[in-house]
Amino acid sequence: MFDALSEKLDLVFKKLRGQGTLTEENIKEALREVRLALLEADVNFKVVKDFVERVRERAVGTQVLQSLTPGQQVVKIVHDELVALMGGGEDNSLDLAAKPPVSILMVGLQGAGKTTTCGKLASWLKGQRRNPLLVPADVYRPAAIEQLKTLGRQLSLPVYESRADQDPVDICREALRHADLNGYDTVIFDTAGRHQIDDFLMEELARIKAAVEPREILFVADAMTGQEAVNVASGFNDRLDISGVVLTKLDGDAKGGAALSIRAVTGKLVKFVGLGEKLDALQVFHPDRLVSRILGMGDVLTLVEKAQATFDVKEAERLQQKLKKSQFDLEDFRSQLQQFKKLGSIESIMGMIPGMGKAMKQLQGAQPSEKELKRVEAIIDSMTPSERADHAVINGSRRLRIAKGSGTTVQEVNMLLKRFTEAQKMMKQLQKLGPKGLMRGMGGLGKGMLPF
Amino acid sequence: MIEEKKGFFRGLMDKLTGTEDISVTQEKPVEVEEPGPGLFERLKRGLSKTHDSLVGRIDTLLLGKKEIDADTLEELEEILITADLGVSTTVDLIKTLEQKLKRNELQDGEALRAALKGEILSRISRSAAPLDTGSAKPFVIMVIGVNGVGKTTTIGKLAARYTAEGKKVLLAAGDTFRAAAAEQLQIWGERAGVEVVRHQEGADPSAVVFDGCKAAVARDADILIIDTAGRLHTKVNLMEELKKVRRVMGREIPGAPHETLLVLDAATGQNAISQAKIFKETADVTGIALTKLDGTAKGGIVVAVSNEFGLPVRFIGVGEGVDDLRDFDPAEFVEALF
Repeated sequence: MFDALSEKLDLVFKKLRGQGTLTEENIKEALREVRLALLEADVNFKVVKDFVERVRERAVGTQVLQSLTPGQQVVKIVHDELVALMGGGEDNSLDLAAKPPVSILMVGLQGAGKTTTCGKLASWLKGQRRNPLLVPADVYRPAAIEQLKTLGRQLSLPVYESRADQDPVDICREALRHADLNGYDTVIFDTAGRHQIDDFLMEELARIKAAVEPREILFVADAMTGQEAVNVASGFNDRLDISGVVLTKLDGDAKGGAALSIRAVTGKLVKFVGLGEKLDALQVFHPDRLVSRILGMGDVLTLVEKAQATFDVKEAERLQQKLKKSQFDLEDFRSQLQQFKKLGSIESIMGMIPGMGKAMKQLQGAQPSEKELKRVEAIIDSMTPSERADHAVINGSRRLRIAKGSGTTVQEVNMLLKRFTEAQKMMKQLQKLGPKGLMRGMGGLGKGMLPF
Repeated sequence: MIEEKKGFFRGLMDKLTGTEDISVTQEKPVEVEEPGPGLFERLKRGLSKTHDSLVGRIDTLLLGKKEIDADTLEELEEILITADLGVSTTVDLIKTLEQKLKRNELQDGEALRAALKGEILSRISRSAAPLDTGSAKPFVIMVIGVNGVGKTTTIGKLAARYTAEGKKVLLAAGDTFRAAAAEQLQIWGERAGVEVVRHQEGADPSAVVFDGCKAAVARDADILIIDTAGRLHTKVNLMEELKKVRRVMGREIPGAPHETLLVLDAATGQNAISQAKIFKETADVTGIALTKLDGTAKGGIVVAVSNEFGLPVRFIGVGEGVDDLRDFDPAEFVEALF
């Protein structure tokens, strides 16, 4: 739906080829594209206006670097400015330097993901060798307390015993005392979701704040929030003076421009991002990565990190040895496939690679779908170990058996074997080229590794 | 492919040099921080004006305008985008207005404003239709959406509403994933005096739905409402699960689900379009419920969603009380939006 900003800008600048300097005149249209891209990413319009003005000031008169096109130059300025706005280089770590028990208060709208984030945060803190206590103080939403208790059980973390008929302020006060007596050093308070204009509930938060004197008040915001983010964030900040922001549901395809608006309007830094429903899916926030996402530049760093976390190092080494000896067989191919699948859907992986967003659109239907991968796996699963080790033994009747066993057709089996043979050949050639040639042949290899 | 990879590495290099540059320009943020509060104060003051309604800004734009020119329309375009109306709907609206302008139908700001309002209204009322639950028995409503939009709450309100209308309602707790989701539905069920079919946490949602369908038929229920776990539309496997749940339903009760209700949060921005698109593709959405309209969010995004996908908005949620779910009235909504 959204073309990457850099592509759009390149189009705008196509007619400006050969111009060495950015001027007020020739960047006018480019700045319009920048503005639209930011608006499409849900950044608040006032923030966008201010921001575009700053980019204009910086861009006018700039010499275009030799290696860059004017479009890239503008994108670079936009990127740098955005990172600066998001607090790039500033310390966004959690401040827990106080006499324990240290209180962390979680606040936000209904459905932003407060309770889930509480669980994730507690689990993260435990990883930092702290001893957290979870306190459910949402007495309004049905079964909210039960939800946090269940999370606590799943994570084997202690949850304070509160009941829905208690006053939230009392719960918090008593929980803090309980933590003090029982040696918990960090207390996370899960409060009920509320609108910033709900005076009664906002007053309640102010009283909780006074009772537990939190070191951190984290505002939990949904990455999918639109222009509204500004009103909500300023409402909470004016009343409570929040200390940081947690951006949730970033694992979807929302651009997360709301984060920019929140930062601009409150001046508070984003400290964490939520990236999934699993309880370890909480990450420390990196401004430059979100900025790349907003600009549609892909997110290579996250992909690399994800790959590192997923791929089995030993397995990779074993594979490399095999590649060297040209012994790469179908069994290896299958295990590679399985590791690849752990990374997530193909679409989401492609989205993280710069330039692939556009390529994906052109390839509509041509790229291997999740389903095809499954079929390939099924075909290999239906082979005997000896067939996997040496696919040359697979004759006509074996093909028929494999096709029947995997619920596919002989044609599909043929196709897989043909492509696999090609891939094997390619790898042999690469081996001959040596490490230098490997780099050059990377493109071909990337294609050859996945024979479908 | 080779070229693409080159692009990839170039991109990576650009990125790396870019990061270097950021460290070089470290001075910059410090500079910005120096009058820091100043900048933020300024922004904040500016932003407080966003409380102004859409029409407030349109009025400022059009105030005293004797003539409408291209620049005015361009600014109007931006205003509409920022009301979360979505880019393609906005472009569409502006095009229509441009044509009217060419035919000299828009003399001044007032005429433009009226025309805009009319255009938006016609777009959302084109497909507007209340939900008719009498067409089948049991009438199966499946409720879907991303995490945290208010699916379970909406179901609770629907149950109370239909019960009050004298219908026999049954709920199925198809969210077996999120902690305590079934308990939450159970409490809503108790409030509305409605039975809830539920399984253990972590059970197969299709199994819950299967039991729910059986029970609905056996107990002669008029309406069966099925809750599902919140899922981001980008999670392929979860969307596949949704398809399976639908298949099971259709097998047990012919024609089910008779209504697939997509729940959208009024505060959601452009992403709602992506949500509607993908949910419609996989789960054949037939209606929308817009929740959390009791805050300051106006839910402008439904204009885009119903315009682009022809989906009727069935209900709006305006509070946490049992009776805070209303039928959607296009005219009223446009008034509120402006």
